[in-house]
Amino acid sequence: MTDTTATLEPAKTSALALFRRKQKVAFAVPAIILAYLVYIAVSFDVVGLAQRASLENASILASDTWSHKVHVTRDNRRGGTTVAIEGERKGTYEDGTSPDWVSIDGADEATIDFDDGSVVQFLPDNAATFDIPDFGTIEMQLVDGSIRTNLQEPIPDWINKSDKRITITTDAGRMSMTRSRTEVFRYFGGWELFWFTLDSPYYGHSFVKIVTGDRIDPTRSNISGALSDFWNNAMWRHKDVAWAMGETILMAFLGTFGAAMIALPLAFIAAKRFSPLTLVRASMRRVFDFVRGVDALIWTVVLARAFGPGPLTGALAILVTDTGTFGKTFSEALENVDQKQIDGVASTGAKPLLRYRFGVIPQVAPVLLAQVLYFLESNTRSATIIGAITGGGIGLMLTQAIQTQKDWEEVGYYIMLIIILVMFMDWFSGWLRGRLIGRSG
Amino acid sequence: MSDATHTGSNSTEFIQHSYLALVRRRRTYGGLTLAIFVLLMVSGFMIADDRNAGGFWSGWHQVLDFPKDVFSEAWEKRAELPASLAKYFPSLIETINIAVASTLIGALFGLVLSLLSTRGLARWPRAIPLFRRLMDILRAIPEIVVALVLIFVLGGGPIPAMIAIALHTAGALGKMFSEVAENSDLKPVDGLRSTGATWAQSMMLGVLPQVAPNFLSYALLRFEINIRASAILGFVGAGGIGAELSRAMAWGPGRFDEAAAIFLLLFGTIVFFDQVSSRYRNKLTEG
Repeated sequence: MTDTTATLEPAKTSALALFRRKQKVAFAVPAIILAYLVYIAVSFDVVGLAQRASLENASILASDTWSHKVHVTRDNRRGGTTVAIEGERKGTYEDGTSPDWVSIDGADEATIDFDDGSVVQFLPDNAATFDIPDFGTIEMQLVDGSIRTNLQEPIPDWINKSDKRITITTDAGRMSMTRSRTEVFRYFGGWELFWFTLDSPYYGHSFVKIVTGDRIDPTRSNISGALSDFWNNAMWRHKDVAWAMGETILMAFLGTFGAAMIALPLAFIAAKRFSPLTLVRASMRRVFDFVRGVDALIWTVVLARAFGPGPLTGALAILVTDTGTFGKTFSEALENVDQKQIDGVASTGAKPLLRYRFGVIPQVAPVLLAQVLYFLESNTRSATIIGAITGGGIGLMLTQAIQTQKDWEEVGYYIMLIIILVMFMDWFSGWLRGRLIGRSG
Repeated sequence: MSDATHTGSNSTEFIQHSYLALVRRRRTYGGLTLAIFVLLMVSGFMIADDRNAGGFWSGWHQVLDFPKDVFSEAWEKRAELPASLAKYFPSLIETINIAVASTLIGALFGLVLSLLSTRGLARWPRAIPLFRRLMDILRAIPEIVVALVLIFVLGGGPIPAMIAIALHTAGALGKMFSEVAENSDLKPVDGLRSTGATWAQSMMLGVLPQVAPNFLSYALLRFEINIRASAILGFVGAGGIGAELSRAMAWGPGRFDEAAAIFLLLFGTIVFFDQVSSRYRNKLTEG
């Protein structure tokens, strides 16, 4: 009895020690993670984020990506009223034309109707009224550089008024008056002018009418005219966008396959089975490590100096980086080939090159191809980032659109296109893999 | 007898004939594929060359000019190199922190997503396709898109980059984790369920211990990728060493010694973490 206790004692203590250690680990790991996250929160200044974050920007982003606004602007100094989509020159209505909710009466007078029944009127002598149901009529006038209104205290918080400017924001739209201009914004859903700009004769016509109806522009047939106006749309730049998408795919394609073609012969040099000289093998591996370690960012910067901005630079940056990655993985795959097949080919009297071609390549091809096709998809994503740095492709267009901080509907459009592009490449590389090496590979 | 031999040799001939025809057809297809591929590569290269600001043939001999400038300037001012290294070390730490934090957060989300989208383990089996699509979308959105939008909303700094990389990591790791979790043994889970354990408890105690080594190995691999991503996002405005590099490059000649210091730091960091992580991963997968 005592004997058993004595023999069990060490086992018990060691088991208890193990429990204690596991307990410690079980508490220590979450504690360390938590401590690290607290450190991150402090060093990244999460508290200060509340001040830096701009809810206004967020709401602009949320509303502008799916809607557009039309500006009706009166120049308070020189006179004249214009209607422009997003306030852009390319979206300006020609003199004498306007949407049906705006009626322009001479240079300075106009009536603008909103959905909820409120009406803005531009009156002579830089005066204007904003007639809001359930509130009343706000009258305002610019006299000697200061704005006078009929507003009484207390002023509601959706009106922002000072001596030099007044801004009234309602659910239907927004009106502002400053010394230089009186302006009304009305918001609409959807992307305006996506198909045709206002100067195109096809603007405002339905698809069916363009395809089957009479000639709208007597000089051109409807379909070719509409296609060319769509393609050359100055606001949405469909031509440039298509080219940019093409450039992004091109960067990924050239980079990935170029890297694979260069890496394959080099991988033979780095593989123990095919390269007996340790020195050569080791130095080849160091080259791969170096190229990979330098990373696409530095390669992009270096290559952009030599080749300037554009898709070629991006393609070369991907090519160089991935040569390192492919070289490493290819040589690992080559280490694991079956010698029997090579011996079989050698027994027919084949020269080394033929031995590689028929003894080795068929064995490793599925593995390598799967790898390359997987990279094709991930490089499409890299190409958008690299494009933003070198200046090429859809990545550049996206960064530019974001930097202007007003074309949010274009930002939304580009983001959508990028996601579709990446998903397409994902599907395409999967499909190609299925066709070339079978589903299971 | 002779008749049989006759038909026999006839059929071998036929087999041989059709085999050769097959080989020929295979060769034609192979050759055609190769020709299309070569055509695509060559024409693609020509288009890219055409649309690039500087051509390939005029630029390729200048490739080494810039590194040479950087090296010679760094060599001239080699006395200042330690100071430059020290100067940019804090931003390197920031880049590494972005990578670590985003890997950590992304892996935690990826873990939950993977368990929710694995057959046999999911909390709500009907919602599996939903979580899978969610991961697909997270993976498809390039980090730069999220980062740029968040920079506009949240202001500059490391947080937009961290969130952007974490989202992508959650999608990418979620998929890999789910593949691992699919092969896990369900007996411990059943055992735990029989004791009345909740879903979270049975996952924590029944599944996690089985899959932890593989999960860790994938997370480390992702960490290597994320260091690169965090450096590159810095370049487009998200802080860290990438932002410093973009600033040093904008200065142009005269400040190339600082660019050299940044290159050195970045290169060293990437190589260091690649080595550490690959060593640790090998240990994990071996047992």
